Amino acid sequence: MQAGMKDFDWTMFFVTMIICGLGVLQIFSATHDTIWQGSWWKQLMFIVAGVALMWVVANIDYHALIRRVYPLYIASVVLLVAVLVIGKRAFGSTRWIALPAGIHLQISEFAKIAVILLVARLLTELSTEVLQLRDLLKLGGIILIPMALIAKEPDLGTALTYIPVLLIGIFLAGMPWKYWAAIGLVLVVVVPIAYASLHDYQRARIVSFLDPERDPQGTGYQLIQSKIAVGAGGTWGKGVTKGSQTQLRFLPVPHTDFIFSAFAEEHGFIGVMLVMVLYFVLLMQIVQNAQTAPDRAGMYVCMGVGALLLFHILVNVGMVVGRMPVTGIPLPLMSYGGSSIWSTFLMLGLVNSVRVRRFVN
Amino acid sequence: MRFPSLENHPQQQISPQNLKLRDDPKFAATKMAIFQYTAVAVFLFLVTGFWELQIKNPEIYSERAERNRIKELPIVAPRGKILDRDGRVIVDNHSTWSLILSRENLKTEHLHEIADGLHLDYDDLLRKVQRYSKRPKYEPIIIKEELTPADMAFVQSHQDPETFPEMETIESQRRLYPENGILAHAIGYTGEISEAELDLPEYAKYNQGQIVGKTGLEKQYNDILLGVDGERQSVVDNRGREREVLGIKPAIPGKNLQTTIDLDLQVVAELALEEHRGAVVALNPQNGEVLAMASNPTFDPNKFAVRIKGSDWKEITSDPGNPLLNRATQAQWAPGSTFKPIVALAGLESGSIDENTVFNCAGGATFYGHFYKCLEVHGAVTLHRGIVASCDAYFYGVGNKTGIDNLAFYAHQVGYGAKSGIDLPNEAAGIVPSPEWQMRTSRQKWYLGQTISVSIGQGQTTVTPLQMARAIGGIAVGGVWHTPHLLLSATPSEKPHEWALNPDNVKKVVDGMYGVVNEGGTGVRAKIPNLDVCGKTGTAQVASADYEKTHKDVKDNAWFVAYAPCYKPEIVVSVLWENAGVQGAHAAPTARDVIKAYFDKKARLTEAEMQKQQRNPAAALVSALIPKTSS
Repeated sequence: MQAGMKDFDWTMFFVTMIICGLGVLQIFSATHDTIWQGSWWKQLMFIVAGVALMWVVANIDYHALIRRVYPLYIASVVLLVAVLVIGKRAFGSTRWIALPAGIHLQISEFAKIAVILLVARLLTELSTEVLQLRDLLKLGGIILIPMALIAKEPDLGTALTYIPVLLIGIFLAGMPWKYWAAIGLVLVVVVPIAYASLHDYQRARIVSFLDPERDPQGTGYQLIQSKIAVGAGGTWGKGVTKGSQTQLRFLPVPHTDFIFSAFAEEHGFIGVMLVMVLYFVLLMQIVQNAQTAPDRAGMYVCMGVGALLLFHILVNVGMVVGRMPVTGIPLPLMSYGGSSIWSTFLMLGLVNSVRVRRFVN
Repeated sequence: MRFPSLENHPQQQISPQNLKLRDDPKFAATKMAIFQYTAVAVFLFLVTGFWELQIKNPEIYSERAERNRIKELPIVAPRGKILDRDGRVIVDNHSTWSLILSRENLKTEHLHEIADGLHLDYDDLLRKVQRYSKRPKYEPIIIKEELTPADMAFVQSHQDPETFPEMETIESQRRLYPENGILAHAIGYTGEISEAELDLPEYAKYNQGQIVGKTGLEKQYNDILLGVDGERQSVVDNRGREREVLGIKPAIPGKNLQTTIDLDLQVVAELALEEHRGAVVALNPQNGEVLAMASNPTFDPNKFAVRIKGSDWKEITSDPGNPLLNRATQAQWAPGSTFKPIVALAGLESGSIDENTVFNCAGGATFYGHFYKCLEVHGAVTLHRGIVASCDAYFYGVGNKTGIDNLAFYAHQVGYGAKSGIDLPNEAAGIVPSPEWQMRTSRQKWYLGQTISVSIGQGQTTVTPLQMARAIGGIAVGGVWHTPHLLLSATPSEKPHEWALNPDNVKKVVDGMYGVVNEGGTGVRAKIPNLDVCGKTGTAQVASADYEKTHKDVKDNAWFVAYAPCYKPEIVVSVLWENAGVQGAHAAPTARDVIKAYFDKKARLTEAEMQKQQRNPAAALVSALIPKTSS
């Protein structure tokens, strides 16, 4: 079927394009005299390919995808296992699968999509008014498997991004308060155990988040340098390619995880406000699409995407201003990287797939 | 019903009885609104974060960004060189690399490995870092100077950001002293300013870690020698690599210090001392310039130029020979018979004796019921023979007749019992005993027998070699005692001490000292052909004669003071050989060697001057036609 692409969410599209454009500009500025100086061009290619992917997905009926979600989910889990077995190791963790043509895919970014669809399906299939314990355990199980595999890479930050998908789902589906209490209780028990089983660097990150100045050269370094970069940007910013923290590389990875820090240094509070407004508009568009979704499955898909993006923004930007620990998760649409760009566009494609079907009938 | 898309897919597994319930996407409208408000809250949370950093107090972060970006490294100013009177370099500098620790990214747990890698003592290093803890963070610490190639290799392979990024090297200037310790005591050495010094007002202008003169000329003229450090300000990246030089404030080198020392004489003096403990001082009695100043045993100041190693310091300070003592200005010993010319002068000037006054020597003389010994039986002795033969009995008589007050008065006139005022730190004053002195210091009455001991330069009388050269030189020029000094250009702050001596009296004493060298006196070994050398020997007990007999390691000190020419002196030399015993006579040849070196050089220069004029007939003609202003 063809559901009339005039209903495509053009507001969301333009907002997305502006954010991506600012991202490319910032990638250029942050890498123009480094070995990554061609990154902005590659990012542009990723975006073009991402838009194409979005278009394709928007044209696929999301019900068809939900129907085939089990094979998708199983394929994702198999690939995550494959990452651990044959993956490419870089920066102390194994997150990528090398494809021909020099492309490295970060499977954990794509597995999110399968999880969003599967959560939507399970919640749609509920036979009762509210969630039962059985459903909760089932949902928990399907989230936990990819999370555990990703945490093993180790990539705790990306693993954590799966939690909001689950939370928004059970929140929307409705759950008795005693389950919430039980979850809270479990967290109280699990968090200390989890903390004890963290890798040293992960623990150090949490400690240095709580008190970055304690070890200014070690793990607190990134947090401090990021805050310095943001603060030094002031109201108007230092201008493209003029931020000393970015250009002299005091800021770690200023074109990927800390891109917003570099952006804040060079474009100041004004630039930050612009981008924050754009992200907010993007999120509100997604929520609006959820509200006008033709059915619950579509609503769950949109809200899953929205919650995931909100979580990414909260953790990444929060890290940039020193209000969140360093987790190494990218800022959607701005951070350099094909996997992140493509998975984000795929998710936005899902949202559009829901949107264009809202008036069918 | 609005569920069209699902109807198109009959395979879907949603149970039909729940279709109505599942159909309504608006069932969660309130919850979606809650999500929207959550998003608002999240964005406000983030935006306030930016507000805090970028709007509320961006200066803090701009400043920190600047400190990240801009690195200031000191350019160490070289100290001035120390030259001899002919401009020959005695103390030089050479470029070395120093290691500094940047304290902004210093990690204490790295210190252990850094200390190991550079062969530093870990505890020393830790203490040093702790000492700096109160200072601003941007001030680096110099932890090792004069890096060896091995040190440099260690630094270069470990200063990457992942290992020890706090290590940085800077070029600096290291002091280069004569290795054999020539002139070491007068020059002194430099060192890092100590905590104790920093508390003193005169050091207030210096910074922690600064290298300052610790002793000798290095300390005395630190302000002249010290340059002004420069600074290099540059933009660096996160690896500390320089990207751009913002500015260089060049270092201003310290001024050179030209001394009055004549290296030719200095070397002779050092060599003549050989292995003996002692000192040689050569002065120009006409103006107080110090021509040579040697003290033995000596030390290698280069060991102090870099931060001295604990083991070296221990070795030097525990040496029984006390090599750090500048015996020329700090050794205080009884002058022995070298005091006799001053006693003679006191007798003549006070009128208690004249040149014909006779005292009888019967191998000694009895005063106040006690027999004071002389080395020989001299019989009836007058002034000239008393000095030439150094007859103790004669001088017992002179001293007794002249009285302690007159002796002390003239001893003070020649500069004993007070610092000479030489431009070196920590000079000793020596002692001129007198009833007044004894009452002040030990609350005891003066016994007349003490006067007898003082008459031959014993008792509590002590002088330094420098004082002795100045005293005899001042007498020889007729009663002017210049302040000794080592800085050539110095206009002495103090006027020379003058005391109008009767020229006849001076001549009588000088004649005696001429006889000591040239008439078969005790100083015959100082004789130089074709030159009038005057002198006086001295053998001074350092303990009672009985004690010295039972303790073979305690021997008499030997003195010799000489000057030349006798009636128009240009150089006066005093020599001290500590613990010399019977070898005492060797002190005289040492003085002779220095004096000879002085006049040999003078002759050499005159000859060279004449040859130059011969090679240049025009100049010779000019100098022949135009009478010299001095003549």
